[in-house]
Amino acid sequence: MPYLYNTPEDQQAMLEAIGVESMDELFDPIPAELQLDRPLDLPPAMSEMELDKHLSTLAAKNRHAGQVVCFLGGGCYDHFVPAVVDAVASRSEFYTSYTPYQAEASQGNLQVVFEYQSMISRLSGMDVSNASLYDGASAAAEAVLMAITATRRHGKIVVAGSVHPEYRTTIATYLENLETDLVTVDTPGGVIDPDLLAAAIDDTTAAVVLQQPNFFGCLEDGHRVAQIAKDAGALLITAFDPISLGILARPGDYGTNIAVAEGHSLGTPMSYGGPFLGIMACDQNLVRRMPGRIAGHTVDRHGNPCYVLTMQTREQHIRREKATSNVCTNQGLFALRATVYLAQLGPQGLRETANLCLQKSLYAAEQLVAHDRFSLAFEAPTFKEFVIRDAENDVEGLLKTAQQNGILAGVPLGQWYPELADCFLVAVTEKRTKDEIDSLVSSLTNSSTPVHAPV
Amino acid sequence: MNPEQLLFAKTHEWIAVAEEDGTKIATLGLSAFAIEALTDLVYIDLPAVGRKVEAEQPFCEVESVKAVSDIYAPVEGEVIAVNDALPNALETLGDDPYDAGWIAKIKITDEAGLNNLLDHAAYQKQCNEEAH
Amino acid sequence: MRNTQDTQSIFELSKPGRRAARLPECDVPECSLRELLPAKMVADAPPALPELSEPAIVRHFVNLSTLNMSVDTHFYPLGSCTMKYNPKRNERAAAMPGFADLHPYQPEDTLQGMLQMLYEMQETLQEISGLDACSLQPAAGAHGELTALLVAAAYFRDIGEVRTKVLVPDNAHGTNPASAAMAGFESVTVKTTVDGFVDLSDLAAKLDDQVAVFMITNPSTLGLFEPNMRTVADEVHAHGGLIYLDGANMNAILGITRPGDWSPGKGGADMQHYNPHKTFSGPHGGGGPGAGPICVTKKLAPYLPVPVVVREARVARREALENDVKDNNSRPAPHDSQLFRYSLDFDQPKTIGRVRAFFGNVGVLLRAYAYIRTHGPDGLRRVSENAVLNANYLLSRVAHFLPVPQGRRCMHEFVASASQLKRDKNIAAMDIAKRLLDYGYHAPTVYFPLTVPEAMMIEPTESESKETLDAFTEVLFRITEEDADLLHDAPHTTAVSRPDEVRAARQPVLTYSAE
Repeated sequence: MPYLYNTPEDQQAMLEAIGVESMDELFDPIPAELQLDRPLDLPPAMSEMELDKHLSTLAAKNRHAGQVVCFLGGGCYDHFVPAVVDAVASRSEFYTSYTPYQAEASQGNLQVVFEYQSMISRLSGMDVSNASLYDGASAAAEAVLMAITATRRHGKIVVAGSVHPEYRTTIATYLENLETDLVTVDTPGGVIDPDLLAAAIDDTTAAVVLQQPNFFGCLEDGHRVAQIAKDAGALLITAFDPISLGILARPGDYGTNIAVAEGHSLGTPMSYGGPFLGIMACDQNLVRRMPGRIAGHTVDRHGNPCYVLTMQTREQHIRREKATSNVCTNQGLFALRATVYLAQLGPQGLRETANLCLQKSLYAAEQLVAHDRFSLAFEAPTFKEFVIRDAENDVEGLLKTAQQNGILAGVPLGQWYPELADCFLVAVTEKRTKDEIDSLVSSLTNSSTPVHAPV
Repeated sequence: MNPEQLLFAKTHEWIAVAEEDGTKIATLGLSAFAIEALTDLVYIDLPAVGRKVEAEQPFCEVESVKAVSDIYAPVEGEVIAVNDALPNALETLGDDPYDAGWIAKIKITDEAGLNNLLDHAAYQKQCNEEAH
Repeated sequence: MRNTQDTQSIFELSKPGRRAARLPECDVPECSLRELLPAKMVADAPPALPELSEPAIVRHFVNLSTLNMSVDTHFYPLGSCTMKYNPKRNERAAAMPGFADLHPYQPEDTLQGMLQMLYEMQETLQEISGLDACSLQPAAGAHGELTALLVAAAYFRDIGEVRTKVLVPDNAHGTNPASAAMAGFESVTVKTTVDGFVDLSDLAAKLDDQVAVFMITNPSTLGLFEPNMRTVADEVHAHGGLIYLDGANMNAILGITRPGDWSPGKGGADMQHYNPHKTFSGPHGGGGPGAGPICVTKKLAPYLPVPVVVREARVARREALENDVKDNNSRPAPHDSQLFRYSLDFDQPKTIGRVRAFFGNVGVLLRAYAYIRTHGPDGLRRVSENAVLNANYLLSRVAHFLPVPQGRRCMHEFVASASQLKRDKNIAAMDIAKRLLDYGYHAPTVYFPLTVPEAMMIEPTESESKETLDAFTEVLFRITEEDADLLHDAPHTTAVSRPDEVRAARQPVLTYSAE
């Protein structure tokens, strides 16, 4: 066994010290009738070499973003991860440590969390951030629960149809066994219609949930939505795209009360959708309702500045069934990655990254709609994603053809929006080159031979 | 206020009842014994003015670093005032528990709960028992 | 060598105009922002992030890392957290681009290796737990608890029963009652006896037809196997309730006993979660990510979150055989991907929906998969045997000077109490914990479970040697002999000592500001 260090002699000596005859006797407290009388039905052990080969074979059966050109988005993006992020995150003092219960043995992690909170707060324009949650969707659901307790309104949550469908499903699941209803306001125009939104809200509404840019890539009128929510006494929850904030107005700027985000694009690879980084930041007056860990600055007994986990009375290990959430740990390693990523990019780097996404995605959209077959499904301005409508209503065929040309061209929308069955979502990150965009266009318009190997 | 003239709940709140314009008002705080036992308070979550409270039900909380304690309303009524200075001066609770450290005033709508309160001597006896 | 200079805040290292990243030139025709976006949607300036050079960033974070204790550098017997060795081969595997650089919405035919791994993981977890179905979606143990309770709620709703309560023993993790409340249940506490077991009479008193689920951690947070497990399961089932196993302590029972078998002939636990980051060696990451896959019985399977991974036999078997030639790693395996096609099944009409976006924390699951494949069935049993051996050995050496109130023997961990020392010498569990840091050991979990005064919960795990345990015992004993004043001020050798938590909580400073 590779990770056991006691020799048979050690084991014998230890059994004697304990005062038992055998390993089996150690398990006497488990009633014999409950013990498994056969080996587990699992494949036999592998050596490191065999394991490496086996996993390499499995990995080779997948086509990864280095082998194809990826225009897929919908909440997970092929952004660039600087080497510095990997180098820092592979320090095993970070990745093999745990939640900083003993502050003196965890100042590294605690300071990282504090710096993470500070950067997320500046990024989002919100007062405070927690130490992170599981992912963007569950962070949105946690924000909804937080809004319900903060407002003491249990009637309903109003969510825009332009919010990521999987985020909406997640919120619905969290609310399923509670008294609060989830009301979806349709967004046939690709963005929220203020009149429809206002009509859906009443004095039992705890919060309005907005995504910015929304699932279709379109920019919502955050100020307007915030005003509508505020007028009704409801909170505004905004799910934002961290990269977009290199350019776009920050959630705090337009009156968001709780900002959440999927933070993987800050230095964590796509990883088939997880593990990811749930970002949550909020107004100062809501901080005691916030779920999850929070690090704070203080001094030690010598007066030296240092960091601790703080406001722990919110949490499950103290408040149990009255806790703000059952969340136990944060996504420490990915909060670290995000912190390093934001430091590496700095304000100008983030702005340039966002600008590249914006410019390239608009170029891609222009090139596509130059062909009669394609049009933009929505008029609203977009950031790095846009929805293309296929006049010939053959999204499946189009995406398949592109795939044969080595391009993952987009995400079909019919699975979530039947009325958009003739549409697909295209995401263009800073990594995509003009050549790659041109080959996307040519493969979708069948006007040239493949430039990339088939997927 | 002199603690010997106050009433106490088993849950360690002190209560002073006064009559203003024909309605009875209960002023409430936490006993010195309770403050000492809670150690190093860090936060108080004051109720909203206007909140209806029920006898022997929690209506606000105080927190130390790693514990939360409910504060119970002794009687049924409505919160008509809270001590807004407390959250930024929690040491007042310990320094002057029976005057500046008051927490809330409740307009009593049902006096029944008052019958369950202890006088100072009886409360002292309870504290002595708890301390052992 | 540790850099003893003060570790400044990264914001203090910032200087306007300094840069690390250089982005490529824009290679498409560029328009001005003003033309592209409405003015009010654009920020006046980019966020006020720190401005540093790349070497400064690296030095800052690498120096911060040296302020942590970690499994790779120290013995870390943090009870209940299973701080075992995190194999490097698993890290290498998870970083393979063929796993790390996959988009969740890629077509399934470009994901067959990933889906095969996930399918096998579902099957493996079912086999280890003795349960029938699996969802890999939950992102952490507590998330698994919530998911399973929502599954239970959906099940009872579907069969037309109104059940509003979840029972939780008083020594359970706080996540149990918190999950119950989040899932819309009333959490009711069941007492445990002085021996640390479920108080059967209190359970009987609280069991009624309103009880949906009894959540039990077994082995318990005291490191004890519940001797009345079968009775507990039968009683709860007799009242129509479900048994939820909090799988936090699975490291003690791999291949030894299966929760699904705990009521022989009649089943056992109906649901459980795993903590792959504990039991199956995924690193803890300074607090995450983890994962919280759940397994359930057949009757609960229809309510699991979607999607689940399914497989079907490929029709063209000959094609598979031809491909086999290319796949020169073709050890005969029961799940040969050349014979099967793997896909995501969303077609579950009774599903609770989802508890997160995308599939799950597959990076953590992949490490767990690598760990399980490394061990095989015998190896997993050896893991639990040695975890229990190490814990019992440590218990036998420690109990002389640090009493263990519940039990002369234990499973994978035990809970010692410093209450005698506290009375005699005014040495508290926290003092011992802090002093251990001076000697180069991470502290055990202290003050949990709440049912044991001055609790010190010690879990050595199987990946520590007898020498480490002996040395730790000697230090622990030496500390109990030390002067109380010395301990009250401990630790003495760390970068900081006894942070002022009252100040941190009274006037929270949660973000950096220049003042």
